[in-house]
Amino acid sequence: MIKIKNLKARVEEKEILCGINLEINPGEVHAIMGPNGSGKSTLSSIIAGREDYDISGGSIDFEGENLLSLSPEERAHKGIFLSFQYPVEIPGVTVSNFIKTAINESRKSRGEEPMEARKMLAMMREKTVLLEMDKSYLSRSLNEGFSGGEKKRNEIFQMAMLQPKLAILDETDSGLDIDALRIVANGVNKLRSKKNAVMIITHYQRLLNYVEPDFVHVLYNGKIVKSGDKNLALELEAKGYDWIKAENT
Amino acid sequence: MNDEIIDEITASEYKYGFTTEIESETVPPGLNEDVIRLISSKKNEPKWMLEWRLDAFQTWLKMVEPNWPNVNYQKPDFQTISYYSAPKQKKALDSLDEVDPELLKTFEKLGISLDEQKRLSGVAMDVVVDSVSVATTFKETLAEKGIIFCSMSEAIQEHPELVRKHLGTVVPKRDNFYAALNSAVFTDGSFCYIPKGVHCPMELSTYFRINEAGTGQFERTLLVADEGSYVSYLEGCTAPSRDENQLHAAVVELVAMEKAEIKYSTVQNWFPGDAEGKGGVFNFVTKRGICERNSKISWTQVETGSAVTWKYPSCILKGDNSVGEFYSVAVTNNFQQADTGTKMIHLGKNTKSTIISKGISAGRSQNSYRGLVRVGARAENARNFSQCDSLLMGDKCGAHTFPYIEAQHPSAQIEHEATTSKIGEDQIFYCNQRGIGTEEAIALIVNGYCKEVLNQLPMEFAVEAQKLLEVSLEGSVG
Ligand SMILES: Nc1ncnc2c1ncn2[C@@H]1O[C@H](COP(=O)(O)OP(=O)(O)OP(=O)(O)O)[C@@H](O)[C@H]1O
Ligand SMILES: [Mg+2]
Repeated sequence: MIKIKNLKARVEEKEILCGINLEINPGEVHAIMGPNGSGKSTLSSIIAGREDYDISGGSIDFEGENLLSLSPEERAHKGIFLSFQYPVEIPGVTVSNFIKTAINESRKSRGEEPMEARKMLAMMREKTVLLEMDKSYLSRSLNEGFSGGEKKRNEIFQMAMLQPKLAILDETDSGLDIDALRIVANGVNKLRSKKNAVMIITHYQRLLNYVEPDFVHVLYNGKIVKSGDKNLALELEAKGYDWIKAENT
Repeated sequence: MNDEIIDEITASEYKYGFTTEIESETVPPGLNEDVIRLISSKKNEPKWMLEWRLDAFQTWLKMVEPNWPNVNYQKPDFQTISYYSAPKQKKALDSLDEVDPELLKTFEKLGISLDEQKRLSGVAMDVVVDSVSVATTFKETLAEKGIIFCSMSEAIQEHPELVRKHLGTVVPKRDNFYAALNSAVFTDGSFCYIPKGVHCPMELSTYFRINEAGTGQFERTLLVADEGSYVSYLEGCTAPSRDENQLHAAVVELVAMEKAEIKYSTVQNWFPGDAEGKGGVFNFVTKRGICERNSKISWTQVETGSAVTWKYPSCILKGDNSVGEFYSVAVTNNFQQADTGTKMIHLGKNTKSTIISKGISAGRSQNSYRGLVRVGARAENARNFSQCDSLLMGDKCGAHTFPYIEAQHPSAQIEHEATTSKIGEDQIFYCNQRGIGTEEAIALIVNGYCKEVLNQLPMEFAVEAQKLLEVSLEGSVG
């Protein structure tokens, strides 16, 4: 589905990604772990199309297309979704209006009519139930005054609505209480299929207990320095990063 | 009684930045008593009307154009203005092909129907059955309730006692330079009277006004809501209005008698000039309402047009327990300049006012909010809440806030909140990531930002206004 080859990126002369290689196939769940500041959010932002970075080398291919030549909204239309580490607030725009606009813009890009209001509403209801959110969220301003956990749950609600091919979850588990973690994990598992892939950026094993990864990668100083199966995450949880850092200095 | 109140207000408020020192200046020729006599006789007006105009003219001669608004423009040459041209019937065009393609593009973006496009751009039309029948039913329904809704000229002929009683009682001839000029030379406008206890069953829109004959550049509107009545009035149009007249100086007066409620909504979209700032309408308007006991006046405006706007819809809360509201969205783009806001004058006890102003500046435009909240010495328990927000797009535009507060009663509660924000890259990227392109993202964010104001508009008008905001801000973030 997505092939990242030798991806290098910098901000103001500072190299943040130093040659990332990663391939994710349909149906797979990849976990990306790594110490703070290692470049995990940068990688997800670049996949989503944020322009703050200078791509100094490498390529990203998404379903046979050069992803780097597409605008962020075109990437979204192709089925890339990013659950933000820090979701932004948009005052006065309700959750329902926002997601409705998002869905209809994607449909428009495929030459489809806007979704029928009744269908849209039914779908929103279904997803609020799935994520055990109160209906009242739908009429609140997007993320405005939401608690940290509510913002994260709202990201997964949007993911459930948009049904992306590739979902990138950037520390979606941070700030969630124990019940919310299970609920969000359930939402992610509902999306899993042979056709979809998920990239989970996390610091902890706990989300991976619910959403079992096929691969685990460790990002350190802008490089994937170790890859393995789900046991790697357990090993990291037990041993920390020191041994990885030691191997890579 | 009203006279005294108005005097008191107009005499003192100018201290607060609504005017500058009077300098003597010779008034340019181009307008004289004979011209006014001619206007009056062409319109077959009664003698009192002519005298009223002449008095206004004498007052105007002694006044100078104000300099205090935060706007720059080439002062109009009053000599070159033709005041007495009969209501202009725009030359009818034969088809839409003759209409400026830019204008047609905008019509399309606003989703205005073909028939409507023709009407607005002055294309000769066969009778559109629909709109004629709508207009007729409309007129019949109003007549049943005793509501008068007609042009000002017609009102002067048909209802002289009402006009004479109220004209100039809220905005006196001497109020300001442009109000005086308007009083001397106004050619037409709208008149509306809602009888006691009548709840006007539909939105009164200038669109449906019968006998509309091109209102010209000096429009005069008078709206009287008698005791216990209610009316919602819509003015303007979301379609861009082009006009060869550069100067527009309208006067709007609202009278809300005891327990009456007036909701006055405006969408203003005069031609703002091209992207280089050339052309464009100067819109210098005086709008004011007076509230008797337990009455309410609510102004809602969405302003996107004009090269230069200068406008402060105001409420004089004369009666006890009266309520004044002002909800405004003012958008400036390219080289537009707007100095707009409101004045809430609390005179009665337990009077309440709310001001919600949302300024949006883009391009190289300048957007100023100027508001006065005054609590008089007798206004026990007056309350005001003001919120003035500015949204900046890009770094070449300007937003300015000039709040003036004066409380003469110790019980006054006045709250003022102000914010300035920018549309963040983060917000736009967030929208982009969800598949929403940058233009749509800006429209979404701006509509969210203006929501409190748009919510005040009647439903269909709000939808149009939203589209209008989108169109006005197109291309404003590069
Ligand atoms: N726009 C930017 N300007 C300057 N430096 C940046 C920018 N974006 C990222 N960086 C730097 O790049 C490095 C990687 O940041 P990134 O946010 O990708 O880390 P992360 O792995 O997501 O960390 P965390 O686990 O704390 O979320 C950091 O040192 C960060 O300060
Ligand atoms: Mg991060």
